[in-house]
Amino acid sequence: MKQAILITSHHHPFKTSATRHFPCISEVRPYAGGLQTTGFSMTTAVSFSKVSRHFGTVRAVDDVDLSIAEGEFFAMLGPSGSGKTTCLRLIAGFEQPTAGHIEIFGTKVENVPPYRRNVNTVFQDYALFPHMNIIDNVAYGLMIQGMGKTERHAAANEALELVALPGYGDRRPGQLSGGQRQRVALARALVNKPKVLLLDEPLGALDLKLREQMQEELKTLQRKLGITFVFVTHDQGEALSMADRVAVFNDGKIQQIGSPQDIYQRPQSRFVADFVGSSNVLEPAFVKQLTGTESYASLRPEAIRIGQPDGHSATVIGSSYLGGTTRVGLALGDMRINALIPADQAVPENGTTVQINWQADELHLMGGKP
Amino acid sequence: MTVPSPVNATNQSSAVLPGQGGWTGSLSDKFWRNPKLLLILMLTPPALWLGIIYLGSLFALLAQSFFSIDEFSGMVQYELTLKTYGELFRPANLDIIIRTVSMAAIVTVGAACVAFPIAYFAARYARGKWKALFYIGVMLPLWSSYLVKIYAWKLILAKEGILNWIFAKLHLTWLLEAWLAIPIIGGYSLSVSYTGTFLVFLYVWLPFMVLPVQAALERVPGSYLEASGDLGATPSQTFRHVIFPLALPGIVAGSIFTFSLTLGDYIIPQIIGSSRLFIGQAVYAQQGTAGNIPLAAAFTVVPIVIMGFYLWGAKRMGAFDAI
Repeated sequence: MKQAILITSHHHPFKTSATRHFPCISEVRPYAGGLQTTGFSMTTAVSFSKVSRHFGTVRAVDDVDLSIAEGEFFAMLGPSGSGKTTCLRLIAGFEQPTAGHIEIFGTKVENVPPYRRNVNTVFQDYALFPHMNIIDNVAYGLMIQGMGKTERHAAANEALELVALPGYGDRRPGQLSGGQRQRVALARALVNKPKVLLLDEPLGALDLKLREQMQEELKTLQRKLGITFVFVTHDQGEALSMADRVAVFNDGKIQQIGSPQDIYQRPQSRFVADFVGSSNVLEPAFVKQLTGTESYASLRPEAIRIGQPDGHSATVIGSSYLGGTTRVGLALGDMRINALIPADQAVPENGTTVQINWQADELHLMGGKP
Repeated sequence: MTVPSPVNATNQSSAVLPGQGGWTGSLSDKFWRNPKLLLILMLTPPALWLGIIYLGSLFALLAQSFFSIDEFSGMVQYELTLKTYGELFRPANLDIIIRTVSMAAIVTVGAACVAFPIAYFAARYARGKWKALFYIGVMLPLWSSYLVKIYAWKLILAKEGILNWIFAKLHLTWLLEAWLAIPIIGGYSLSVSYTGTFLVFLYVWLPFMVLPVQAALERVPGSYLEASGDLGATPSQTFRHVIFPLALPGIVAGSIFTFSLTLGDYIIPQIIGSSRLFIGQAVYAQQGTAGNIPLAAAFTVVPIVIMGFYLWGAKRMGAFDAI
């Protein structure tokens, strides 16, 4: 019962009367989630052309081309050190490209300092000013713009309502929990009505439950406001569940850009298959037997069915109970692959040989890329 | 699941390890069970020192200020009176107080202005070797004798000193002379002017300002500055609204040193500057040659009261909010 109440409250996180400073809220944008970029206006919010950022010999960002549409929820996904955060900092203006050009809404932003870019950032550590209370933190940008105290406090209060923290204005950052600070950081950025909102692993410091709730809320908020969100994360689940499009980074390069479905179901490289959704990668020799094409192929663990009357013989080498599902490790010839089976299905003993198969269209060839 | 193999096989059988031998081992156990006992043991000696020897003698001195001196016999009269405090407000004594407080205030402001860029560099940019160099550079003057440094400054600032020589070489003697021609702060040469006193005070107390400011700036993460810029603040606005307020506790801590040390010092104004007295010299003269312990004690109360008001004002201004 308690659980049900909690969940209900999660589903209406930003039920709010905050409409004066944020008039766009009343007109809810058509739901475009998960569709291709054609669902957006064709204005380009951010574009990178051959952008590199080198630190000495380290190529943090290496020859990246990128185009983010206005109103899009764009995720940059990758392991730490893959260049995703540097890309975000290039958009914010904290870093300058070593080579290449960056445009924000058609304007070249080389040598434009961060304070002259109509872009705001939600920092990983939130970076709330400890010597100011919450209302002054949120109103900081407006104060800098020279807005009067009454006016900017009214706008800041609206922003706090928007992130479901009304009445918290008098507190200090130190008195809030991590999740609340995260919302304040969001309000502080949104109150300036930026053209692009940058989020640098904003949910990284939160525990799982709160993170899932905030994912939902961020997505809802983005649809309400229609602001372009660029979201950096190393959590593939987060990127897939929130973003309209995902760019997967590795070694300073973009490995693949596409819708979450694209990235998850049709990974174009071994790295993407491995990093996103832990797809199994099948060896070219084996794939050739099945399809006649010598190529690596990806196969999602949940597509594999175990205990079939016919199929391929595989040996069970281990299993882990994951709650809703059970992950079964299998040896298929020389390959080690994982299968996800529903938790209510019987788990075969280690060492037994089982027959496994999958629907032919679940196998995705990855071309020549290993 | 495998159990990690125990290092000592004999311990495997029991869940509780035998005590570490001897009285030190049992003492450790006792302290572990009664953490307060250890705290009391550790705090008693310094508390006794602070309470009896340090504060006790200070209060004994302060008590003297409520006695007075018999002007004919020169003997201290042990009757409580505010007469000695009244003497502080005689024009000659009031001049001394105003002179000292003004110098302390100017030295503090000067030290804050000079120290801030040094501290900022050390906190934001210096790493590794440069940080070590910073600490050595700041602390080095503290390792040499105070008197030697002051006499060295007397030579530097003298009419025949190196500073005059440099000004002459740069054809700027007129500038120095114009400065020395200014009433009050000027004089025959820098070494006998208030400007000279100020310069030496600034030099001697600077480390006490640099280190607390650096410590305060060290605690400001770079993301605060980026966030401020991200929200539209120019570097100067970021300084005014973020860096300075967060450095303020450090500046206040440093100014407590520079201000109170200047208020109490009696050697620098005696060697460098005009022959007019500062509070420290007045205390020295009253308790020594004049034998007027009550007035000397009353003079020492002045810096304490001023510092009390100073801290109260700083707290009201929110200087300690970010601690």
